[in-house]
Amino acid sequence: MERALRDKKAICFFVLPALAWFCAIALIPVFQSAGYSLLDWDGIREAKFIGIDNYIEMFQDPLFFKAVWNSFLLAAASVFIQLPISMVLALVLAGGVKGENFYRNAFFVPVIISGTIIAHLWLKIYHPSYGLLNLGLEAIGLETWQREWLGDGNTALAACFVPMVWQYIGYHMLLFYSAAKSISPEIIEAAQVDGATKFQTSCKVIIPMIIPMIKACVIFAIIGSLKSFDLIYILTNGGPVHASEVPSLLMYKKIFITNEYGYASAIAIFIIVECLLFTFIVQKVFNRLQKE
Amino acid sequence: MKRKKEKRKRAGRITAFCLIIVTIIQLFPLYWMFTFSLKSNKEIFGGNIIGLPENWEWNNYVKIFEKAHLGRYLFNSVVVTGLTIAFTLVLSAMATYAIVRLKWKLSKLVYFIFLTGMMLSIHAVLLPLFVNMKPILDTYWALILPYVAFAMPTAILLMVGTLESLPKELEEAAFIDGANIYRVFWQIIMPLMKPILSTVAILTFLSSWNEMMLAIAFVSGEKYKTITVGVNDMVGKYSTKWGLIGAGLTIATIPTLVLYVFLSKNIQKSLAMGAVKG
Repeated sequence: MERALRDKKAICFFVLPALAWFCAIALIPVFQSAGYSLLDWDGIREAKFIGIDNYIEMFQDPLFFKAVWNSFLLAAASVFIQLPISMVLALVLAGGVKGENFYRNAFFVPVIISGTIIAHLWLKIYHPSYGLLNLGLEAIGLETWQREWLGDGNTALAACFVPMVWQYIGYHMLLFYSAAKSISPEIIEAAQVDGATKFQTSCKVIIPMIIPMIKACVIFAIIGSLKSFDLIYILTNGGPVHASEVPSLLMYKKIFITNEYGYASAIAIFIIVECLLFTFIVQKVFNRLQKE
Repeated sequence: MKRKKEKRKRAGRITAFCLIIVTIIQLFPLYWMFTFSLKSNKEIFGGNIIGLPENWEWNNYVKIFEKAHLGRYLFNSVVVTGLTIAFTLVLSAMATYAIVRLKWKLSKLVYFIFLTGMMLSIHAVLLPLFVNMKPILDTYWALILPYVAFAMPTAILLMVGTLESLPKELEEAAFIDGANIYRVFWQIIMPLMKPILSTVAILTFLSSWNEMMLAIAFVSGEKYKTITVGVNDMVGKYSTKWGLIGAGLTIATIPTLVLYVFLSKNIQKSLAMGAVKG
């Protein structure tokens, strides 16, 4: 058996297909991207090496800054609006209410539906004359609030954010919920015997115990926002006048519309580095939190 | 004591009320999509936007299914997703077996290489793949290759965790009985890993069935479009016909919803697990 487990042929047979596939399609192209980012190239004419000029151009481009700023706003909103809502729902459900499973299943439905479908559905909800939102406002006498939500530069980004929250609230709720449920019931009972109310138990016992999950969710929420593409692509395509532009959308347009391959690759590299950086920062912050 | 009880009762009622409101917010858009899929434009623009349809226009479904080739797109999605899942499961399980059970020097390094994939995203390879895969753009492979590559890191991470915790006795016994390594893998390891394989299958299904960026960039021909792209085109073509669009969106949602009805528990468990390990 020992010999069988050291058989070189068998090892190659088991590991090479996956490794070759992964390297060829995922790993090597990332380095290619880094290489492209140093070129002046439109995909047709010969590429010219220009060093870090693309990065210099990128960091001087107000449109790029606008896109990055927007993605930061989305990230902040997910962390400070979406996650707290999910947390409250998760704690209420985990605390045991009638119909716990029903609610959990219902909140979760949007998570599994494709972003494309959700975006098209919300296009209809935001429809200026026949959409649910404007009609709803009319029904409760707030006609003055009606507007073209996606066509108005002041509301476009927020209007893209709402469906994101709507879709992923169930996801984060589920993660918090399953973490809270994995705490041993004795600990919670002990707190309640000591006279803690449900609210106190949640804040003082459950939340501190699920900090690793909170950390994971904060990372998911931030990275998801920094990379967001599908919903915005369909809802506004970054408009009006770039009011809801985000980096991945900008990259997509640079590749397929203006053929600025070098610049687009610089944005791609920026997105990866940015995500790694944020993951690292969140890890550090939470490690410090956990120590205290 | 009595007052405390009453107070608690009232709190319970308020909680239930809030939960019902949230349920309505989460489900009403979907209900609305379904109702307007059964209406004619006349009815929608004539004032009945929210209510149940007066005439149930099931015809919308027949029309859009035929006109927008939704059958074709659904079939393509099934092919792409099915093959993606199959390749991901088999290749990741094989690599996992090599990493956990076989004895070779580079196993730790190879595992680490796969794990770096957790930090990569599809964005970073969009352009290089578009360039590298020129000859196979507009085929199923243009999507299957990247979907599998990006599903493998999570799959391997989850499977390695599982296989490490499985006892080796069965395999040892099989070797003593004279089975070769390939049979041990196929007849002992694979069946033992069934639960984690189903978790990975669900995660892979959701990510590849719903993926859009690569699907719109790499497949433009009618023949190989998946349902997400098909839905996009359909909305563009029939943008003023709400009933048809609603019907198309509903048709595109049904496969995932059916799956959810049967597997909701497994799906939730899988997503939670994918997150914990990721």
